[in-house]
Amino acid sequence: MIMRVRKYALFLLVVLLDLGLHLSGSGKGAVAAQTGFDYLIEMLLFIPPIMVLVGLLDVWVPRHMVEKNVGQGSGLKGILISILVGSAAAGPLYAGFPVADAMLKKGCRLANAVIFLGTWATIKIPMIMMEVRFVGWKFALVRLALTLPAIITTGFVVEKFVENSNPPNRTGQQISAKA
Amino acid sequence: MSFTTVLFIVTFLLLALSWSRDKQKTKKALKIAWKSFSNLLPTMLGIVGMMGLVLAVLPPEVIKTIFSDRSIPGLILVSLVGSITLMPAFVAFPLAGSLLQAGAGVTAVACFITTLMMVGLITAPAEIKYFGKPFTLSRNVLGFGFALVIGLLMGVLV
Repeated sequence: MIMRVRKYALFLLVVLLDLGLHLSGSGKGAVAAQTGFDYLIEMLLFIPPIMVLVGLLDVWVPRHMVEKNVGQGSGLKGILISILVGSAAAGPLYAGFPVADAMLKKGCRLANAVIFLGTWATIKIPMIMMEVRFVGWKFALVRLALTLPAIITTGFVVEKFVENSNPPNRTGQQISAKA
Repeated sequence: MSFTTVLFIVTFLLLALSWSRDKQKTKKALKIAWKSFSNLLPTMLGIVGMMGLVLAVLPPEVIKTIFSDRSIPGLILVSLVGSITLMPAFVAFPLAGSLLQAGAGVTAVACFITTLMMVGLITAPAEIKYFGKPFTLSRNVLGFGFALVIGLLMGVLV
């Protein structure tokens, strides 16, 4: 029971804050609740198919294939594949979490999973076209050119940092242990 | 055709293919999908609620006002706001465009866009749930630092 409540702690906090905002009389409580609800609908539209894809990946993609292409020792090829797959995706960053988690469980190198998430978050083909339209091609292209090395560096630094802090905790084990 | 439509079509086709090849495996895949969905749902409810709260307290009109300060603390403030807020690309890029047109600095707008995409304070609970604290902490801190570097370089280059 306590575990159950704990899981919803953040949500309960939000409800209390929304109520507080509503009682303050600025009319913002209703706006917050409505916007949150709109985001929830949007999320419910793309999270379920992504979860189904994660399930299919889990049963059909053999571990050795993931290890060979993006695992330890996949080197430059692993980095390139992670960037390509990440940039072909769309949707917000948190939609990439379950995918990266599934890849890690199949033997993907941690650095590559971070690079995949970073590309997913910042360099998406449909988004680039929108960026060019609103801020101009120069702004967009220079930003991309500077972001790419930042993402790759982040991947390797995060990998080092995680290895040094707690080696057994790196994949989504907590989540499966709770299930 | 929107991304969601493409996603649904691709998922449905793959699911149908999987079903025709091996029904047991497909059932297992759907079970895994349901388990990870129900695991994520409580955190997700909290996250979408936070997104609504932040956008209500910090609407785009308010965000615009902080771009007038061009000092380093001003840049850090812009990056912090970018780290806290979470908005879809179709809101973020028009906002960035109107900020630039209104005379905001390239550096500040680049810092804002980059932290918006790379740093996620609101999504941190979900990230920790999947990958643990060291991963989430280091990835977000690095994202924040790189956003400042990218912004400053863009101020020179663009």
